[in-house]
Amino acid sequence: MRFLSQLQIGQRAVIAAIEAEESLFHRLSALGFRVGKPLSIIRRANFNGPLHVRLGTTDVILRGTEAARIQVSIS
Amino acid sequence: MKRIALLGMPNTGKSTLFNRISGASARVGNWPGITVDLMSAKILIGGHIAELIDLPGIYDLHGFSDDEQVVRHFLANNAVDLVIVLLNSSQIDRQLSLVLQIKKLQLPAVLALNMADEAKQSGITIDTDSLAKSLQMPVMQISAKYGDGLPKALQAATQIINQNQPATNPQMISQLLQEDNQIEQEMDALIKHHVQIPTTLTDNTTDKIDQILLHKWFGLPIFFAAMYVLFQFIFTAGKPLQDGLAWILQLFRTHLLAPIFASSPAWFSGLMLDGIYNGVATVAAFVPIIVLFFLVMSMVEDSGYLSRAAFLMDALMAKMGLDGRGFVMMLMGFGCNVPALMGTRIMRSRPMRLLTMLVIPLSLCSARLQVFIFIITALFAAKQAPIILFTLYVMSFLTMFLTALLFQGQYKNAEPFILELPPYRFPTLRQIALRGWHEVKYFLIRASKFIVIGVVLVWAMTNFPTNVPPASVGTLAGQIGALFAPVLDPLGINNQLAIALIFGFVAKEIVIGALAVIYGLQGDALMAHMATQIDWVQAMSFMLFTLIYTPCLSTIATLKSESKSSGFMWLSIAWSLGLAWVVSFVFYQTARWLGH
Repeated sequence: MRFLSQLQIGQRAVIAAIEAEESLFHRLSALGFRVGKPLSIIRRANFNGPLHVRLGTTDVILRGTEAARIQVSIS
Repeated sequence: MKRIALLGMPNTGKSTLFNRISGASARVGNWPGITVDLMSAKILIGGHIAELIDLPGIYDLHGFSDDEQVVRHFLANNAVDLVIVLLNSSQIDRQLSLVLQIKKLQLPAVLALNMADEAKQSGITIDTDSLAKSLQMPVMQISAKYGDGLPKALQAATQIINQNQPATNPQMISQLLQEDNQIEQEMDALIKHHVQIPTTLTDNTTDKIDQILLHKWFGLPIFFAAMYVLFQFIFTAGKPLQDGLAWILQLFRTHLLAPIFASSPAWFSGLMLDGIYNGVATVAAFVPIIVLFFLVMSMVEDSGYLSRAAFLMDALMAKMGLDGRGFVMMLMGFGCNVPALMGTRIMRSRPMRLLTMLVIPLSLCSARLQVFIFIITALFAAKQAPIILFTLYVMSFLTMFLTALLFQGQYKNAEPFILELPPYRFPTLRQIALRGWHEVKYFLIRASKFIVIGVVLVWAMTNFPTNVPPASVGTLAGQIGALFAPVLDPLGINNQLAIALIFGFVAKEIVIGALAVIYGLQGDALMAHMATQIDWVQAMSFMLFTLIYTPCLSTIATLKSESKSSGFMWLSIAWSLGLAWVVSFVFYQTARWLGH
């Protein structure tokens, strides 16, 4: 079990748990971050910038601090 | 009157649909207790006149973002006869939740599935008839961009409107909104039954473009090059338009207005021509720039590139409490602050937007550049000139970063930075033109009165009392300058320059003209005279002050209308004046102390 922020580029994983306060949780789930959903990391911006994540048909960018709230298991 | 609300997630083409239905008739409406602008339009539907309201794009009715609160507030305070929910067809698997939330509120609704073409390309098929049966509401596939399927959707809307159901009771909505319902399973069941989604997407054009535009090393240089090209386009294409407009206005003045007021008393013709008409001309000068700016910005925004800019610039901007989209507006501020401030509307979190708006007026805009070039030419050798100008640009950036760093605690952004990267899309010409039109209309309605009053006020200050020459030390402006002498002397700013600074409140473009009136000289003669009146340390101090203090009345008017807060406007004025004073003071005293 590791965090989304620790994944390598191109790696696929399945969301195992989301540990976030209510406002962040709502936003994440509205964008498709739900337990059991598969995702993959497309790219990471330079200088410790945001992650580009693909979930199903949606591409999302998010910062490392938010990605560290999402636990994933590698498929 | 019937009331129809348009609701959808961000990036679903909601504003496009709104513009398609309402055309150019839309206006910005005020709603009690709501701090963002909602566009609304009167439309004719099934023999009724109905008011169509474009609600902000939201992910979740129960969310905590500013926009989500606005939508809740709206639904809980205004009776709605129909909600048109717009979804992006290719993301129906997660966007359906919004429809279910609306349904739980028992609001009469029509579901419009947009971007059916994109979904089709991705191999997603939606059985609209069976979905409509399960949802118990009409479901239509439409294209907001091209208008396909729209007549059918409006027909369905008409039917619901014509049933004349009593409008929903806002109080009940308010109550229902508090109950959080579990709809995830319901959504999954609906998707399973009525939608087929392939496991891998077939369309990868966006991926290919992203591989270049978001490239690890080429992404940022491409971004800066693109910004440079757009910037050059807006402000080089804007210049001749502004000049042409100014020429026409001047023609109108000399051949039509001046003869009309020739026989009236001097103070009256002065008030009409130098006061009110100049105010109108000041407002008009911004029109071409605003149109061009939003022409370009709606392309950048609707194409999906703005979210990419956020991705590229976020690492740096996050440290200042801002995000990458704010950076685009900060850059554009170097052309003109006014449209850049209006452009911050894309930032949906109010604290972050206010912080960006506090920073933008410190960017060295093209009007200030004119003043600097004049003074640098007058007081510095050709060899030093580029260094001085470069120093001023560096100072501009430094004050911007300093302001963001100091105020980021005050304007703490509570919204998580999670953005969708939509596929690249081309906006239609109609979309772009409507955007430009709406923004200009908005600027004229909200800012013009304020600007004209300000110009008249400065005219009065520099022309009364009438027994002394205009703009001299004997006028009200001169007296105010003398009053502030104890504060301005330590900056090396004399009484004449102080009057020029008062003129500068109106617009930086007129500072040189003001100096010409103050000294009674023009062009080269004015330059030569100024060189004998002030030394380079004073000139630099004056330029630093001009750089940092309030850019112009139009910026102030825009700050007020965009923030909807006089307090914020005063904060911006006070902060920039204070910072200008401190920077000029430190520079002037240090230079003098070093013996210059």
